[in-house]
Amino acid sequence: MRAIGEKKAALTFQELLFTLQRFWADQGCVLQQPYDVEVGAGTMSPDTFLRVLGPKPVRIAYAQPSRRPADGRYGENPNRLFRHTQLQVILKPPPVRIQELYLESLTAIGIDLREHDIKFEEDNWEWPVGGAWGVGWQVMLDGLEITQFTYFQQCGGMDLDPICGEITYGLERIAGFLQDVDSIYDIVWAIEPDTGRKVTYGEMRLAEEEQFSAYSFDYADVKKLWEHLNLYEAECLNLLEQAKGFSEMDALQLKRFPVLGAYELALKCSHVFNLLDARGAISVTERVGVMARIRNLVVGVAKIYATQGEALRV
Amino acid sequence: MAEFLFEIGLEEIPARMIAGAQVELQRRVLAMLERERLVAAGVASRSFATPRRLAVWVADVAERQEDVTEDLVGPSVKVAYKDGAPTAAAAAFAKKAGVAVEALKTITNPKGEYLAATAIRPGRAASEVIAAELPKEVAAIYWAKNMYWRTGRPERFVRPVRWLLALLGNETVPVSFGGYEAGDVTYGHRVLFGDAPIDLKSPSEYEEALKKGFVVADVEARRQKIRKALDKVTRTVPGLRWREDEELVETVTQLTEWPSVVMGGFEAEYLTLPEEVLVTVMRDHQKYFAVEDQAGKLAPYFLAVLNTEADDAGLAVIRHGNERVLRARFNDARFFWEFDQRISLKDRTELLKNVTFQKDLGSYAAKTARVRKLSSTLAGLVLGRKCELNPVALDEAASLAKTDLTTDLVKEFTELQGIVGGLYARAQGFGAATADAIYDQYKPESMEDSVPRTVEGAVLAIADKADTIAGMFGLGMEPTGSKDPFALRRAANGIVKILAETSTPLPLTLAEVAAAACGQNEALTEKVQGFLAERLEFYLKEARGQAYDVVKAVLAAGGDDVKDAIARAEALTSVRGSEDFAAVSAAFKRMKNILAQAGESFEPGAAAQAEHSHPAQAQLWNAAEGVRTRVTELVGKGDYAASFETIATLRPQVDKFFEEVMVMDPDPAVRKARLAVLFAIVNDIRGIADLSEIVVAG
Repeated sequence: MRAIGEKKAALTFQELLFTLQRFWADQGCVLQQPYDVEVGAGTMSPDTFLRVLGPKPVRIAYAQPSRRPADGRYGENPNRLFRHTQLQVILKPPPVRIQELYLESLTAIGIDLREHDIKFEEDNWEWPVGGAWGVGWQVMLDGLEITQFTYFQQCGGMDLDPICGEITYGLERIAGFLQDVDSIYDIVWAIEPDTGRKVTYGEMRLAEEEQFSAYSFDYADVKKLWEHLNLYEAECLNLLEQAKGFSEMDALQLKRFPVLGAYELALKCSHVFNLLDARGAISVTERVGVMARIRNLVVGVAKIYATQGEALRV
Repeated sequence: MAEFLFEIGLEEIPARMIAGAQVELQRRVLAMLERERLVAAGVASRSFATPRRLAVWVADVAERQEDVTEDLVGPSVKVAYKDGAPTAAAAAFAKKAGVAVEALKTITNPKGEYLAATAIRPGRAASEVIAAELPKEVAAIYWAKNMYWRTGRPERFVRPVRWLLALLGNETVPVSFGGYEAGDVTYGHRVLFGDAPIDLKSPSEYEEALKKGFVVADVEARRQKIRKALDKVTRTVPGLRWREDEELVETVTQLTEWPSVVMGGFEAEYLTLPEEVLVTVMRDHQKYFAVEDQAGKLAPYFLAVLNTEADDAGLAVIRHGNERVLRARFNDARFFWEFDQRISLKDRTELLKNVTFQKDLGSYAAKTARVRKLSSTLAGLVLGRKCELNPVALDEAASLAKTDLTTDLVKEFTELQGIVGGLYARAQGFGAATADAIYDQYKPESMEDSVPRTVEGAVLAIADKADTIAGMFGLGMEPTGSKDPFALRRAANGIVKILAETSTPLPLTLAEVAAAACGQNEALTEKVQGFLAERLEFYLKEARGQAYDVVKAVLAAGGDDVKDAIARAEALTSVRGSEDFAAVSAAFKRMKNILAQAGESFEPGAAAQAEHSHPAQAQLWNAAEGVRTRVTELVGKGDYAASFETIATLRPQVDKFFEEVMVMDPDPAVRKARLAVLFAIVNDIRGIADLSEIVVAG
């Protein structure tokens, strides 16, 4: 065993991402690009939320920047971010050795398991707005939660079969651990090959944290946000209404019906809601009602996605 | 006879579910083997459990079931034979009994002549029986939360099954579940031993073989290993000890297969944060044990229980990692603490308007207003009885009590609600009486928890709980059966416990609490009071260990004053063993029955004017008068034990009366006089306990 300080050079933030992507690509995962609409977690990307529905097997991995406006701290807190990065791995159906594969991925990023304490502690995931839940664990490495591991059971209020295994790595946490830094902003993102200069996480993202914290806590125009929410909702509802005519559509119309567009509108609502929440503009009394409105959209989209998929398979 | 071993290997089982499932699997395996006549009742067995396995070992299992002979009765002879030839019914019966038609006998029973046969049910091999029955037992285990994992959703279980092991002697038993058929191999520690299978030759090797695989399968052994390691590691720094926490020991026992302990430290500057916050972070969020010095003060160390084994260099790495996490967590807590100070608790009262307490009961601002009013009413009663209470501090506490719900620290550590409010109040310059009352407002949270330390805290806690109960009852959301989603029973238990155990004088009755909380609504008051009385009954039985008949006797005499009811119950329990008391109790039951049958009622003074037509009646009356004077005096002093002893001295007169006197005399005047005497006696005593409820042995 090595003493502290004798560690081999830890992976940079981007090497960490490369290595994990390479690892899962080698396991047969298709690498997808991050979804380009604001989401609070990798699970909300359609590559997870919609692909877990239906019978089709899926293996896919992608990094997902995840925005949680209320978690912003103006860049002042060394452990909290408005936007963090998840690496999402979706394995449907889950391979028998899914836990062992996961542990091998840790070895791949330079964690010698024999030198550390690793535990799988019960942690069940739930996204009530999406009618989605699963059971699983938080993976603890020397007391640090580095991964959320979930066997999806329901999505959009629908039972899933096959079940989907979901592995969500918290990249900033893992990079901070590997590099042994106390602040996220000190994480080395990349090293310039010619000069050896270290580009830090702070250099890349601090301004974003400062400004988006200020925007969501202090500047966001509450009235306009409510208008946005109402507009996105109306458009999504309009699509959900038209989807009632699936049975009268021909194959081409059905195939082209923008369920994915409707989902994007629902995600927009979810993000605007999060902004309003961070802004302190939603009383707890209103909260329940607005969440029910968004749930109506998200679950509605999941249902028409399933119906569309089934109709197209027939 | 052979030993039997069954192990089910799983992906990590939630720690909180392991102990229950371990017991249930063992119970189910033994019940099944006994039902199938494969073991004798009381056969030796053991059970094992780790996060990745549940196992049962049984000492002596028969290799086959014994054959069973069975006398069967078939169809009537009339149906079985037609024209002397056996019918289809006869053939079917013969087949069922496993004999030839010619071998069937004829018996005569009260219904007539019937076919009969002696069937021999050959015993099946144990292996066959277990393979058929055990999967059903495994599938039936209760889990608080289940999941599907295989395509087609063929079974639900706590987590995916990863292997099965079933050995009868040295033979594998083909038990199938979760997509696996049992073999004769188990698996060791994920990291320390790796993926290699461990072959078992016989069930008795199990525990030792797993030890070689870095797994302590015996739960108690693992618990002891952890306790010893905690002791040993703590001793490396003189003067320290780890803070005992049985629940946490249990959790880490169920989170590890091969436990060891590492001690880490944190910067002493974090000790400026309140101990409550530090301990919550360590215990609830990191599952670390807190460490204290000899004076019981928190020391800047923690103990982490690991699921691995490492040398000093390895431990240094793991320690460093854990310290890093804890530092980040403490930083967060400090950030929240400082951030929260930007808005004072006073200013936060405004924010409560936006926090819903319950949709029909309004916001926490509305609740605060109600609790303030209720506290003030209760405080008035307390002060009116010349007991000490600081009404200004109480009102201040009531108005600020819920403001910590708007702080980031409570949003992050919800289990610290109330406590954080109390700490902030102190930091913001409020007096100790105010701060302590806020701090203690949720106490007691369970039957084991302590009650608020001050009278202001006690009144606030009662008011808060009573308001919730009255509000929910008013909406018709009272608990039913096992359903109590708003934990109203716990709230009511809390009120009873506070009134029972507060060390400062707190002269409030359950009726007063109910009436103050329910305002003018009499029907609601009655309901809430009944609910509180029910919880007092529960409290006397569960927390005070009083027998049900004592509780019944005491509460029949009134249960409004909680401390008084407890005193009477304890006194009654202390004397109930005496022979005289038992005899008098039995006599009271008799008197009550006679009075009930007679169905007459009397004016209070009736007995005094009654004419004593029999010397035993006169003697009883005179003795009862003496007893009454003495008991009134004793009750006035609160000495219930002596009161009950005094009542027991009536025995000779009571016995004599029932031996010599016929109450229901044919002469109505005589009868009436006698009944009046009994009525007076029963009534005198009924104020402290209805002795007729006492169950007398023999």
